[in-house]
Amino acid sequence: MEKFVRLAAKACPLPQPNLNTDQILPARFLKWPRSRGLGQVLFHDLRRDGDGKERPDFPLNQPVYRNAKILLAGRNFGGGSSREAAVYAIHDHGFRCVIAPSFGDIFAQNAVKNGLLTAIVSETDVAELAAAVAADPERSLTVDLDKQTITCGNRSYGFAIDPVSRNQLINGWDDVDLTESYRARIQAFRTEDRLLRPWATPART
Amino acid sequence: MSEPRTLIDKLWAAHEITRREDGAALLWVDRHYVHEGSFHAFSQMKARGRSIAEPGLTFGVADHYVPTRARAAGIADPEIAAMVRNFEANATDHHITLFGLRDPRQGIVHVVGPEQGLTLPGLLIVCGDSHTSTHGAFGAYAFGIGASEVAHVLMTQTLWQKKPKRMRITVDGKTAPGVAAKDIALAVIARVHADGAQGHAIEFAGGAIRALSMEGRLTLCNMSIEAGGRCGMVAPDATTFAYLKGRPYAPKGADFDRAVEAWSVLASDADAAFDREVSLDGGAIAPIVTWGTTPDDALPVDGRAPDPARETNEARQKYVREALDYMGIAPGTKLTDIAIDRVFIGSCTNARIEDLRAAAAVLAGRVSKVPGLVSPGSSLVKKQAEEEGLDRIFRDAGLEWADSGCSMCVGINGDIVPAGQRCASTTNRNFRGRQGPGSRTHLMSPAMVAAAAVSGHLADVRPLLAGRKP
Repeated sequence: MEKFVRLAAKACPLPQPNLNTDQILPARFLKWPRSRGLGQVLFHDLRRDGDGKERPDFPLNQPVYRNAKILLAGRNFGGGSSREAAVYAIHDHGFRCVIAPSFGDIFAQNAVKNGLLTAIVSETDVAELAAAVAADPERSLTVDLDKQTITCGNRSYGFAIDPVSRNQLINGWDDVDLTESYRARIQAFRTEDRLLRPWATPART
Repeated sequence: MSEPRTLIDKLWAAHEITRREDGAALLWVDRHYVHEGSFHAFSQMKARGRSIAEPGLTFGVADHYVPTRARAAGIADPEIAAMVRNFEANATDHHITLFGLRDPRQGIVHVVGPEQGLTLPGLLIVCGDSHTSTHGAFGAYAFGIGASEVAHVLMTQTLWQKKPKRMRITVDGKTAPGVAAKDIALAVIARVHADGAQGHAIEFAGGAIRALSMEGRLTLCNMSIEAGGRCGMVAPDATTFAYLKGRPYAPKGADFDRAVEAWSVLASDADAAFDREVSLDGGAIAPIVTWGTTPDDALPVDGRAPDPARETNEARQKYVREALDYMGIAPGTKLTDIAIDRVFIGSCTNARIEDLRAAAAVLAGRVSKVPGLVSPGSSLVKKQAEEEGLDRIFRDAGLEWADSGCSMCVGINGDIVPAGQRCASTTNRNFRGRQGPGSRTHLMSPAMVAAAAVSGHLADVRPLLAGRKP
C-alpha cells in the first residue's frame, strides 16, 4: 500500500461544508473503470457547467491550484455514499492529503486504504490555512504525519488522525497481507463460532 | 459481576478475532452482500489471484444499475448491460448465491436481505453501500464499506475496524397519526446534524421506536448514515422475531427457538453507559420535509424555508443562500407553497410493502397532479402489492408502476429527475445532483409524497387522511 510520511506541496482551498461523495464524483461516473481517468471528472458538476465548460470561479479551475496536492476542505467532507471511486478521483487528480474539520467515516477509511491522508483540524485553523493560501497560492504547506503537524510559513498547526489510520499510512501496511498472518487464529475462531452461534449460518445454502 | 454492556459492545465482542496494540480489531463477517457496483473489489481480488473465502456467506443482488422499465427487452445501455453481465458472471464464477435480474426475489439489497431472512439479529453484516446501516433494525452490526474493504472481506471474510463510540437516541412518547418512521429519522437528523454521529454506533431506543414495525425500524436505521453514523441499530424483540419466523434463510423449527433465545440477550444492559445520549419526544414530531441540499435541512411541513438574512453565522448564511439558490426557493417561502414537478416512491429507505400501503392510502380515489414513478423495494414486494391491488391505485392516480431497483434514488440506471425539476421523493439524500444533474430533491415519507402528488405542491398529509385508514 502507498505510504504517507511527509509531504511539502501547494494547497487548494475548497471551504464549503458537506462536500459529499456525490459532489466529489457524481454517480454517473461510477461505472468507469479506474483506468479511464477518474481524476479528470473530480468534482465534475461543481467544476463544469451544464455544457461541460469549466466554471472559472471554481478553485481547481484556476491555473495556480491545478497542481496542488493538498486540499483544504470544509466540515463533513466526504459524507454520504461509500463509493471508494471518490477517493480514486481525488488521488488520481494528484492529491495526497485532505485537511478538514471532519470527514465522513467511510470516506476516511477508504482514503487510508489508498494512501490519502485525512488530517482533522479545527474550523478556525482550516480557515486560517485557507486564508494564508489564498493570499499566496504559490506557498507550500508541509504535512508531517509522524509529528502530526501542518507547517505554513512560520506557523505550525497540529492535526488529529486516529492511531490506526496513522500506523497504516506511515507503514504502508497492506491489510490483506497483514490478515494472512492471522490465518490460524481466524480458522480457530470460525470453528468455535460455528458451535457458539449455529444460527449465524444461513439455513438454506 | 461483569461490567454492564451496550448492544454494540455485545455485538463487537462476539465478532472480535484479535486486537492489535493500536486498537484495531479483526472482526469476523457473517454476511457479505455484493452488487453490480462491487466490480472494483472483484478486480482487486483477481489482481491478487485470490478467490472468495466464504462463498456461502456472500450474496449478490443486482440493484444499482438494473432497469426498472421494459426489463424483458434487455438493457438498452451497452455499458450498463456489460456491468450487470460482469456482475452475474462474477457471482457464477465464484459460486455465490445470486439474486440476479431475472430472479423472482431480485430487489434492492437492503430490502432483499431482511425479506429472505439472511439478515438476522446478532450478525455482522457488510456491503459496499453506505445504507447497509439498514440491517441494524434487527439488532445486527451492519455498516457500509468501500471497495478495498469489500475486496478484503471477499478474500478473508474478516475486516479490520476500530471500535465506534456508543450513542443512544431515545424517542419516547407516541407519534401522531400521519407521522411515519421517516419523520422520526428526519427529526433525528435535524437534531444531531448530518455529521453529528460520525465515529459512533447509534442505538435507537424508547417507546416510539419499540412501537415501530420492522419496516419502520428499517427506514430509521437506513437513515443513520445521513446523521453521519455508519451504523444504527434497534435491539431485537417480539416484533423482530415474528418478522423473521418462516423466512427462507432464517433458522427453522427448534433451531429458530434456540436462536430466539440467543437473540433475546441482545439488548443494552439497564445501567450500561453510552458516550453520548440524545432524546426526542415522539409526540412532538410533525410530518417533515427537507428544503435544502443535506438531509439535516429538514423542517416540519407547516414551516417556512429559512432566510439567510436571519442567520447570525456568516458561513451558515452563505450555505443557506447557496442551498436555496440551488433549490430555486425564495428565502422564507412557506414550504406548502413549493410546487413540485414529479414524485418518486422507492429506494432502500421507503419502498417496502408498508410504505406502498401508506402512499396508496392517500392516493386511493385521487389523481396525482404531477407525473411520478413507483419502484417497489423488491420483486416480491411488487408481487405482494399487486395481490393487494396497490398497483391499480398508483396507476389510477396517474403514476408509473415499475420494476424494482435503486432507480431514481441514485439515478445510475437512467431513471433521473431532469435538470431544474423538483421531485418529492421517499429517498434518503437531497444532495445536489443526486437524482440527476441539476435535480432538486425534497425528502419525506411515502404518505407525504402521496400528499404532494395529489396537491401539486409540498403538503401536509394529515388533512388528507381524514376519514381514511392511514
